[in-house]
Amino acid sequence: MLIQLIGSTFRVSTPLVFAMLGGLASERAGVVNLALEGMMLFGALGAAVGTLATHSPWLGALCGLGSGVLLAAVYGLVVLRWRANQVVAGMGINMLALGLTPEFCKMLYDQTGRTPAIPLAEHFQAAPMYGAWIGVALAWFVLRFTRPGLWLGFAGEHPGALDAAGISVTRVRWLAVLASGALAGLGGAALSTFSSSFFSRDMAGGRGYMALAALIFGKWRPLPAALACLLFGFTDALQDRLQGVVVWGREPIPVQFIQILPYVVTILVLAGFVGQSRAPKALGVPFERD
Amino acid sequence: MKRLLQPLLSVLLGLALGLGVTALAGENPWTVLKILASGAFGTGYDFGMTLFYATPLVFTGLSVAVAFHAGLFNIGAEGQLTMGALAAAATGAILFRVASPWAPLLAGVAAVLAGTLWGAIPGWLRARRGSHEVINTIMLNFIAAGLANYVTLYLLKNPESQNPETRAVGDGYLLAPFSWLGGAPVGWATPLALVTAAGVGVLLWRTSLGFEIRAVGQNEAAARAAGIATGRVQLLAFALAGGLAGLVGVAEVLGNVGRFRVGFSPEYGFLGIAVALLGRNRPGGILAAALLFGALHKGATSLDMETEHVTRELSLVFQALIILSVSADGLWSWLHRRRSSC
Amino acid sequence: MAAAPPAAVELRALSKRFGGVLANADVHLRVAAGTIHGIVGENGAGKSTAMKLLLGLLRPDSGEIFVHGQPCIWASPAAAMARGLGMVHQHFMLAGAYSALDNILLGAEPVRGGMINRRQARTRLELLRQQYGLPVDWDSPVERLPVGVQQRIEILKLLYRDANILILDEPTAVLTPRETAELFANLRRLRNEGKTILLITHKLKEVMAITDQVTVFRAGRVTGERVTANTNPTELARLMVGRDVVLNLAVAPAKPQVGVALEAADLHLAGPAVGGRTRLAQVSLQVRPGEIVGIAGVEGNGQSELLQALLHPRDPRCRTSGTVRCLGQDVTHWEAGRIRELGVALVPEDRHREGLLLERPLRENFLLGWQRRSPFSRGGFLRPSALTSAAAAAVEEYDVRPADLGLAVGRLSGGNQQKLIFAREFQERPRLVIAAQPTRGVDVGAIEFIHRRLVRARDEGAGVLLVSFEIEEILALADRILVLYEGRITAEFARGEVSEAELGLKMGGS
Repeated sequence: MLIQLIGSTFRVSTPLVFAMLGGLASERAGVVNLALEGMMLFGALGAAVGTLATHSPWLGALCGLGSGVLLAAVYGLVVLRWRANQVVAGMGINMLALGLTPEFCKMLYDQTGRTPAIPLAEHFQAAPMYGAWIGVALAWFVLRFTRPGLWLGFAGEHPGALDAAGISVTRVRWLAVLASGALAGLGGAALSTFSSSFFSRDMAGGRGYMALAALIFGKWRPLPAALACLLFGFTDALQDRLQGVVVWGREPIPVQFIQILPYVVTILVLAGFVGQSRAPKALGVPFERD
Repeated sequence: MKRLLQPLLSVLLGLALGLGVTALAGENPWTVLKILASGAFGTGYDFGMTLFYATPLVFTGLSVAVAFHAGLFNIGAEGQLTMGALAAAATGAILFRVASPWAPLLAGVAAVLAGTLWGAIPGWLRARRGSHEVINTIMLNFIAAGLANYVTLYLLKNPESQNPETRAVGDGYLLAPFSWLGGAPVGWATPLALVTAAGVGVLLWRTSLGFEIRAVGQNEAAARAAGIATGRVQLLAFALAGGLAGLVGVAEVLGNVGRFRVGFSPEYGFLGIAVALLGRNRPGGILAAALLFGALHKGATSLDMETEHVTRELSLVFQALIILSVSADGLWSWLHRRRSSC
Repeated sequence: MAAAPPAAVELRALSKRFGGVLANADVHLRVAAGTIHGIVGENGAGKSTAMKLLLGLLRPDSGEIFVHGQPCIWASPAAAMARGLGMVHQHFMLAGAYSALDNILLGAEPVRGGMINRRQARTRLELLRQQYGLPVDWDSPVERLPVGVQQRIEILKLLYRDANILILDEPTAVLTPRETAELFANLRRLRNEGKTILLITHKLKEVMAITDQVTVFRAGRVTGERVTANTNPTELARLMVGRDVVLNLAVAPAKPQVGVALEAADLHLAGPAVGGRTRLAQVSLQVRPGEIVGIAGVEGNGQSELLQALLHPRDPRCRTSGTVRCLGQDVTHWEAGRIRELGVALVPEDRHREGLLLERPLRENFLLGWQRRSPFSRGGFLRPSALTSAAAAAVEEYDVRPADLGLAVGRLSGGNQQKLIFAREFQERPRLVIAAQPTRGVDVGAIEFIHRRLVRARDEGAGVLLVSFEIEEILALADRILVLYEGRITAEFARGEVSEAELGLKMGGS
């Protein structure tokens, strides 16, 4: 029972970890990313379509990655080039993805709101799960020891310093946003080719926002944030397991209360009741040279 | 004039891009546009349905706008309206026998109070704990959805239905629809929306409190230095925003189905952000934007039925494209660029 | 005669226009290699614009730039940097969460095998440190280091990149006199090692103390070039302002009344502060009706904290202990708005941040703080006609230009913005005036007006608390002077009891 629960915790949190890494890339560079949700949806559809077309989940995942990058490019255009408010634009991107993905299903498969099922043999068994954690280690390494990581961090903490050092803040932020799309796209791919075997309307189901919450919970650091993803995944797995189980009295346990637990915890963390979380200093502030 | 130009052009650009998507899907954009228009305004019933969708958007648009004037982002209208609708439905289901003039009033007050309370939470967190309202309101949306699920499935379940919905409210609670709109469920909630919009206008621009709200939104530090209790004003503004969103409960529960249905809102809360933005956070603009979005929503349902390759989700695409283009300030800078070149 | 060696920096006929404003007009500047060159001028005189042009942050409309004799118009700041130009900005370009080492490396990281080679960088920095004597703890996050050390990191950043022309923008604004002395010693050492230094400042004393030559800017033009040894502060001041400056306003002695306008007892503010300084400790002060009490001190020694503690005593972020009495009432637990209604006028230290709604019209800015008072409000509703007539009258009385009540305040000049604040705050006769940096960034004409208005308020019986970084302003206006140093009041003088030099020493903690 416990082993199973741990196993499903890791499985369930895989898409979340990828999306969280996407959020990490963009937010550490100073760009708020509420659009993770939409990028995941795009990635999920892209991966499903890719896998159905090529019969390889690996090529499918690549398509998912590409789809995420595509939507991230739209987001980058709107917030970096045209300086739209990042919160509003993020919500807009999510709505766009929510509307476009079913439309694409209709166009490609003439089905409303979902793709045909991917044959069992063609979807991932465990690779994304390992991939996610390799990603966490890589993110830690890049931020700590490499030049791109240092530049990324400065773009979020003090873009003026980066600019004064002769490095284009806009370019760093663009790359960060595109990387964010790639990672969130992989998260989406994990949803449609690993956690399940098709794409369906709104299948991200708020995981993009959850990933963001995990990021904040983990103080914008890769490993703590990944652990937060695990915690959220655990409540998810637990709730699955407790569905309809009667522990006490005659009524089954209301799983809704387990469901809302991560959200409550996030609010408490943000309010400083449970530890303190400090955002990158320049998060959400468009860079302007004075 | 210029103030109007950017929203108008954004709408045109959003529509054009959206129609481009339909062309990609293999439909004639002109036909799509005609279906959209006739679907939204073709008959009295169609127009009624457009108004029906527009009404909640007025409430959520006002909700977002009031918070925005105080310098706050209310992404939480969805949760606030959920709590409002749930409270209205619960009142009607529990106090089943209350009679007509008092019943809707009672349920309306319950809806507003529930929304107010749900709005006050992020307001309080922001004012007293300094935590940012965007993530908090998103989290509260999920929490509201979870709580509403629980109440619907465990406490007030409608035994006669397979759908996740609460028991029906007493007959005394229902607001009859206007007879001249072909049976569309449009009743007193729509005039209420108009009056509320006017009230918000008066509050923001004609009262001391409204001035304080706008001063805090313009420059929190200056408002504080001027002796305005900024925390209290933020809390108040957010509570007010919640109350406005809660009014959606009146339209949905009392004016339409007489019960709370899980998932009844087609993202009215998020669309409210777009409505407020497009309407430049002014009551008049919000009414116009809500009507437009209501029309798109109604029109798109007709598209679903009358075309081969287009789904009703297309209304989301139109709305999203409009949001993105109206928020993309840099895209329109040529409109404002006249004075200097640097 | 042998040809003179090419100047390290030469600007020829440089012009730059922003919209309708000529920020630089026909600017000529010649800086000899291996010297310290002062660039002085008032706010907005065009010093910063000239430096931004030199650094490639802006492109000139016309004119030429030469560095070591070679013409160059930079394509980017990076190109300027590659040619040995570097700048220490007034607001440091340092990310507080990162270590000193990372801040220095940024953009010039040695990389080996995909990783930043921090060891190699450290070795190199140790060498620089020995050569120039600039000790820094490489590994602690910058935000935990004192301001003086942060500045050293900025200088090391430039040396690490082999810069040989260093531009320092108002480097002493945030330093104590002792830190300033250390900085100057370091600058001399750098000059002796062959570096060229441009020092932007408005403090003439510093120009006299450390520069070899000086160029004066006024209204976008160069108004004079002098060898420092051959000039004096009076001449420089005249070149800066364009007429003889009367630094001393004749102020009649105060006739303080009995009673207390403002009294603070044993104010404390604990908590983390930049560079580990004390924020506020054991601050007690008293302002009587009819006198001006001046708070003298170097920026960052607790002035902002003191103001916040007096105005928002209830807020635990502003005051951790101590009491505040105001106009006969114990206001320690009052809300700010209620204190203000006792008759307190406030001229905030940063008018853009705390004084005005820049995007809103004059009319609404005149209302700010008075929105619940008669005659502007009745029963919670605003009365636009009452507001318009009162605002129009006040704008005329205080000569705010342009007198257009519908104009966004952000489009007024600094002096007119400040006059609007005075018009608003003095619309009812105040009983206590708290004025912080009232003349910062204000043109000379408005300075005189503001000083007279403060003295008039005093003579009408108000208590006045004046917080200023300008020694001259304090000496001219204050009837009593308190020195604030590292969050404590360290000295008190009556008018005429202290010389400028002595006060300067006290401000530095000695």
